[in-house]
Amino acid sequence: MNPYIANTQTDVRAMLDAIGVKSVDALFVDIKPEHAPKSFDLPQGLSEFEVMERLRLLAAKNTGALVPFIGGGYYDHYVPAACSAIISRGEFYTAYTPYQPECAQGTLQALFEYQSSICALTGMDVSNASLYDGGTALYEAMMMAIRITGRKKVIMDGGVSPIYRKLIKSYTHNLHFEFIETPVVHGQSDRVAMAKLIDKDTAAVIVQNPNFFGTIDDHSDIVEKAHAAGVIVVSSVYPVSLGLLKTPAEMGVDIVTGEGQSLGLPLNFGGPYLGFMATRKKFIRQMPGRIVGETVDADGRRCFVNTLQAREQHIRREKATSNICTNVALCAVQASVFMSLLGRQGFRQLAQLNLDKAEFAREVLGKVPGVEVKRSSPTFNEFTVRLPKDASDVVEAMIPRGFAAGFPLGRYYPGMENYLLVAVTEKRTRAEILSFAKVLAEVLR
Amino acid sequence: MKLIFEKSVSGRQGFKLPVSDVPVQAKIADRFLRKAEAVLPEVSELDVVRHFTQLSQLNFSVDANFYPLGSCTMKYNPKFTEKAAGMPGFAELHPLLPQLKGGDRYVQGALEVLYDTEKWLCEITGMKAMTMQPLAGAHGELTGIMLLAAYHQAKGNKKKYIIIPDSAHGTNPASAAVAGYEIISVPSDKNGGMDIDKLKAVLTDEVAGLMMTCPDTHGVFNSQVSEIARLIHSVDGIMYYDGANLNATMGRCRPGDVGFDVVHLNLHKTFGTPHGGGGPGSGPVGVGEKLEKFLPISRVLKRADNTFVLDYNYPDSIGYIASFYGNFAIILRAYAYMLLLGGDGLKATSDHAVLNANYILTRLKKYYQVAFDRICMHDCLFSASKQTERGVHAIDIAKFLIDQRIHPPTVYFPLTVKEAIMIEPTETESKETMDVFIEAMIKADELSKSDPHVFHAMPVTMPISRPDETKAAREMNVNFFAPRA
Repeated sequence: MNPYIANTQTDVRAMLDAIGVKSVDALFVDIKPEHAPKSFDLPQGLSEFEVMERLRLLAAKNTGALVPFIGGGYYDHYVPAACSAIISRGEFYTAYTPYQPECAQGTLQALFEYQSSICALTGMDVSNASLYDGGTALYEAMMMAIRITGRKKVIMDGGVSPIYRKLIKSYTHNLHFEFIETPVVHGQSDRVAMAKLIDKDTAAVIVQNPNFFGTIDDHSDIVEKAHAAGVIVVSSVYPVSLGLLKTPAEMGVDIVTGEGQSLGLPLNFGGPYLGFMATRKKFIRQMPGRIVGETVDADGRRCFVNTLQAREQHIRREKATSNICTNVALCAVQASVFMSLLGRQGFRQLAQLNLDKAEFAREVLGKVPGVEVKRSSPTFNEFTVRLPKDASDVVEAMIPRGFAAGFPLGRYYPGMENYLLVAVTEKRTRAEILSFAKVLAEVLR
Repeated sequence: MKLIFEKSVSGRQGFKLPVSDVPVQAKIADRFLRKAEAVLPEVSELDVVRHFTQLSQLNFSVDANFYPLGSCTMKYNPKFTEKAAGMPGFAELHPLLPQLKGGDRYVQGALEVLYDTEKWLCEITGMKAMTMQPLAGAHGELTGIMLLAAYHQAKGNKKKYIIIPDSAHGTNPASAAVAGYEIISVPSDKNGGMDIDKLKAVLTDEVAGLMMTCPDTHGVFNSQVSEIARLIHSVDGIMYYDGANLNATMGRCRPGDVGFDVVHLNLHKTFGTPHGGGGPGSGPVGVGEKLEKFLPISRVLKRADNTFVLDYNYPDSIGYIASFYGNFAIILRAYAYMLLLGGDGLKATSDHAVLNANYILTRLKKYYQVAFDRICMHDCLFSASKQTERGVHAIDIAKFLIDQRIHPPTVYFPLTVKEAIMIEPTETESKETMDVFIEAMIKADELSKSDPHVFHAMPVTMPISRPDETKAAREMNVNFFAPRA
């Protein structure tokens, strides 16, 4: 029994008669006996109730109810109920790419509003309608810079998420690029190393703000040097921080990308997430992904369509700006609902709350014996502490005590085994932070 | 309809944040701060909910309309799969947990979901191993081509070209080009399959592989697939299976058994996960023996004690292709879908998808030019050539259907057929629904004879009439706040 198939025996008979064949098997004549499956050994189907029960048991096998101080670019922000309610509407959830704009204005206008909010947040001129996630968006931005400049050298700040950097290296392995990573000095981009490397062969300088260590920076000086050599500057940003921080546009950045998970999307064990991308208007034709544009209908009414499709694979095939087709429209709508709910003041307040809580946690953790908190550069809602022993052991010891204490930096930065990256969002309470410090002190004792 | 920004009233806010309970008011130096607040809308929660609800009502969707968009497989998305994906034990799981020391312990349930899904998809496709990481079909294609490239590089093969039939999706050539290959396009023969003589003519030692959608966008299952595989393998090429249309053949044929070395699947097509207005998707990639060692890391393994672990130790791997382990919440929906249907249920979905497509094909043959006069698989392909002679194009028929509250089929694709109309009813639609559609299509044909000029004003029942796409592309107004062109 398959509850998603309507055809009864009578329907099947009537349709087979109309087609003029005796059996459903006869419709598969092109699949010859030698093409038959050698095996098709799958479990028996279950009822909906049984499936849900099984999933509940599986979910219970994950360690639940940890107080999360773990971030690394993916944060435990609160997801307002209205976000989930809106994107659960079948009219959004079960529609597809708006190929027929007359019966898809809902998705199209929602994406236009999303693009506008991303522009408001980043200060840039234009945004696309989303890419897969923050990591792949950064890769696409790098490819875009290479197309714009026709150059093949890329300078990557070591403060860019190591997760993103690994991914970009896999993608470019077969292509002939010169790829140089610069170190992080006192938690910030190494200006001296970058200045030496920027030259007329450089396509892009790639930075991140706040960087992987949580440090805030103003990259205006790097942008100035890069632009003097005709180099594109790409910045990966954490959108919640833009409630307060200097925008990439104010720094003169050319292409902005980021991970939009913190804009109302659950952590979901790694996806789906939301890659956003915004740039200057003059680069719009080199931007990958769907773009929604405003126009008018035959009667002069404002409406929205997918535009500049001549960049895309379904028109240009191998000459397209990217192979991207489907992206994450539903996640973009979700983020748009989130940004609309928070609004102009709420978004700033959210950022301030994150900053305050993290600052408090930093003060409190700094008083734990043996814990060293570096104060040389400002941070947003994530910061690095140095522990007297291997951070991965400390984190392991904290889990049974109910805390996901942070991300040990040694995994991605050899030599930093004793460093722990701690994230604090608006959801963490004073009591949780104090308790975290107390338990950490016990574990370190 | 007004934009949310046009409904904004200074001072309104649609979400209540907690009052800070920490005795700190942190201050960042001015040079790090933005000059002014981002001009996000200022609206109440009801304003937001009503705005987006009204927007949603401007959409056609599978839940509300027949949506026979060819090659996109707009089947019904079972409601319980969304509930499954929302379970806090999964939805709140942080992706870095397994990267902590011994961290696999904390995510055993999630790893089991990934492991079982991989195992079942391998069984369905006849592949040896699978990665769930690719975030969409096109991302899976790129991953598959990277695996193919790694294979040739490891063998020291000097390969330059990927062969792609002209009926393929645009993502095929785009993905192969992004991975650094040049494309050779092979035309279709008069029956809709790839022209095997033309394939032989372009086959050289420099061919890295062939990307084949099977059944293809013509709705044709190529009976010569094993012969094609033999030819490609004879030059040490890789057979790439684009799984866009796997929904037609589950339990009837497995790509791994007929010579394919690598496959990508679209969970949002075959496995009932939502299309979301254009994503998120999920594009798992399966491989046979030849390519297994090149699969991306991490990989999920099952230990002897029935626990699961993420393994990164594959020196020949192409590396990381996604930030984490794939679009987990989508994979979870597909897993739930497979659990409910089981092997028999999955085979039935293919059988009924093909039956439904052939029913529409048969009923509309008299009125529309069939592209290939034969039994079809999951979709049936017509040309509006007869109607075009009367001045009514495929796009006009599409707009007519919108006025009948039916989402149009795919039009003008594949590019191999002029005025193409590609219809994919899927298995979840009833005969009654298809009959309504068929009657509408017949009506459109009649109208193309009696009153062809009425089409050009259509649709007339929608909130908007036909948009001026040229103006959109010329003016590039893509941001509400930017000065108008």
